[in-house]
Parts: sequence; structure tokens; C-alpha cells
Amino acid sequence: MTQSTAQASEATAPDRFSLAGKEYRSRLIVGTGKYKDFDETRKAIETSGAEIVTVAVRRVNITDPDQENLLDYLDPKKFTILPNTAGCYTPEEAVRTCRLARAAGVGDMVKLEVIGDDKTLFPDTPGTLEAARLLIEDGFTVLPYISDDVVTAKKLEDMGCAAVMPLAAPIGSGLGIRNPYNIRIIQEHVSIPVIVDAGVGTASDAAIVMEMGCDGVLMNTAIAGAKDPVLMADAMKQAVEAGRKAFLAGRIPKKLYATASSPIEGLLT
Amino acid sequence: MVIRINGKDSEVAPDISVAQLLEHLEIRPGRVVVELNAEVVSRDALGDTQLKDGDEVEIVHFVGGG
Repeated sequence: MTQSTAQASEATAPDRFSLAGKEYRSRLIVGTGKYKDFDETRKAIETSGAEIVTVAVRRVNITDPDQENLLDYLDPKKFTILPNTAGCYTPEEAVRTCRLARAAGVGDMVKLEVIGDDKTLFPDTPGTLEAARLLIEDGFTVLPYISDDVVTAKKLEDMGCAAVMPLAAPIGSGLGIRNPYNIRIIQEHVSIPVIVDAGVGTASDAAIVMEMGCDGVLMNTAIAGAKDPVLMADAMKQAVEAGRKAFLAGRIPKKLYATASSPIEGLLT
Repeated sequence: MVIRINGKDSEVAPDISVAQLLEHLEIRPGRVVVELNAEVVSRDALGDTQLKDGDEVEIVHFVGGG
């Protein structure tokens, strides 16, 4: 190793993702839905390198009590379990779901979703704001899923949310980041982490999110719905890492015309 | 007596506790959360919480989700 690279690596502190007072190595947060079985869930999640995983709260099938439990495959000591309020259309339903989740003993951090429309699954903004207020009052650490709207993001930050999670595109759509400018405006106006949640379709989408300097990215369908979920989990892991490194490295500005890479001096003619 | 479990009316023995109900249903208490009449019953209180006719019980757990 040359002296200059040694100095560079010493000067560079390890890049860590800080969320609600805890530090994570991975900036990829993954969902656990839509997998073929729990074994595939576990393999994909382990391959993704994610340390935070989302789960949903649902009724136990009391006629089949022997069915396996997700937490038998995802050790809560190893992963930060992030319960969601998917399927909740009112603040009351969301708060009720969060209270049940907290009683399961996996901590007080929740992914708040208050859905406003069942076709787009876009968030109900007034409902999300109200639910966030109630949850923070009740001692929860709230990570809200929101539209890519800076006004909402700012209000949630002021209220005390631990992060904001604007959508890139509709949940499960795989359309990628539809409005990077709105995400950038959110990044510039809030100081809490910005985690892009929903809409990622493939590895390049995740890389773009990270290249923009977002703090993290949350996805489920892009991995679980791929033909080979475990391979896609690996692709996402690398994309998130590559995108983050590119952001830290600082990309070159875009220019309309060419700039030669080889020197002009010493040309033969 | 009849109580409503996860949205379905069920006949159960009178004066049982929530812990006894879980045992009767063969559900491991460590992996579920119980709500009684829209209030969470903490794990510590499962044995001491008596059920009565007409109670509404929800038994939930974590499933895969995004």
C-alpha cells in the first residue's frame, strides 16, 4: 500500500447508517412479504445483507395453530424487526396495529402506512400525520411512508419522526424513481434520514436512489417477485453499496461536449 | 360461553383465562399477541386475564410484509 492510500483509508471513517440512535452497516431495508416460503425469505434476506426487515401484523389462523412462524426464521436478536401498518386506512387502525406489534416485544420502531386508495396504495397524508402524532405521543419511533412531498416530510420531521420514507413509485409497481427532483427537495429540507420506500424495480433503481444521497432504500417486491429472489437480493445489496460509494466519491458533472481522457501533448502529428 | 375469536364466534369453557384459551387452541404464547376488547393484553397478564361471555379476542402474529 502506498503512503497516500494508507492516509486516505485512515482518514475515511466507516460509512454507517444512523437511524433512531442505532448504527447499521447496511442501507438496504427489506420486506418479508410475497416469498414462496420462509426458507426462501430467510435466504434472500441473509443474502441482501439487510439488518432491518419489515413485517406485517395479521390474525393467527386458529384452525391451523401449528403453522410456522416468521420469527422462527428471522431471529429478532440478529435483525431489527420493523412492523408495518400495511392495510390500515385510518389512524386508529394504524395505532391499534402498532400497539399489537410493540406488545410482541420487538421494540417501538414502526413503519407507518396509512393508505388512502386501494388501487394506487398512495398514502393518506392527513391520516398519516394524525397517526404519527398519536404514535409519537405513545412513545413509538415512527418511520412514515409518504408521498414525495416536502411539506408533509417537513411536518413529520417537526413532529418528531425518526425518518421520512417517500415513495419512488407506487408500491409493487417496479417503476423506479419517478420524480427524483421531489426526492431531492425533501433531502434538502429535512435533516432526518430520507429512506426511499416503494417502487424500486431492479438494481439500477436502487443504485440511483443511493447515488442521489438518500440515506437508505426499502424494498420488498423487487426482490421477492424476481424470478430468482436470492440472486436479486445479492444484486440489490451490491447496487445499494455501489450507489452509496458513488455518492460519497462525488460524481463528475454532466457536460454536453467531450473532454479527452488522453493527453493532447505528445501526439505524433 | 361464547366469545368472538379473530372475528368468529366460538364456544369455550366458562371462566377461562386468556392463557388457558391459548393452550386450548394449541397456540404458543411466545409468538403471538392477544387483544381483548380492543386492548392489548401483555404477555405477563395472560394468565390473570379472565374471559367472559361476549368478549372479543384477537390473536395476531407477524407475517411477511413490506
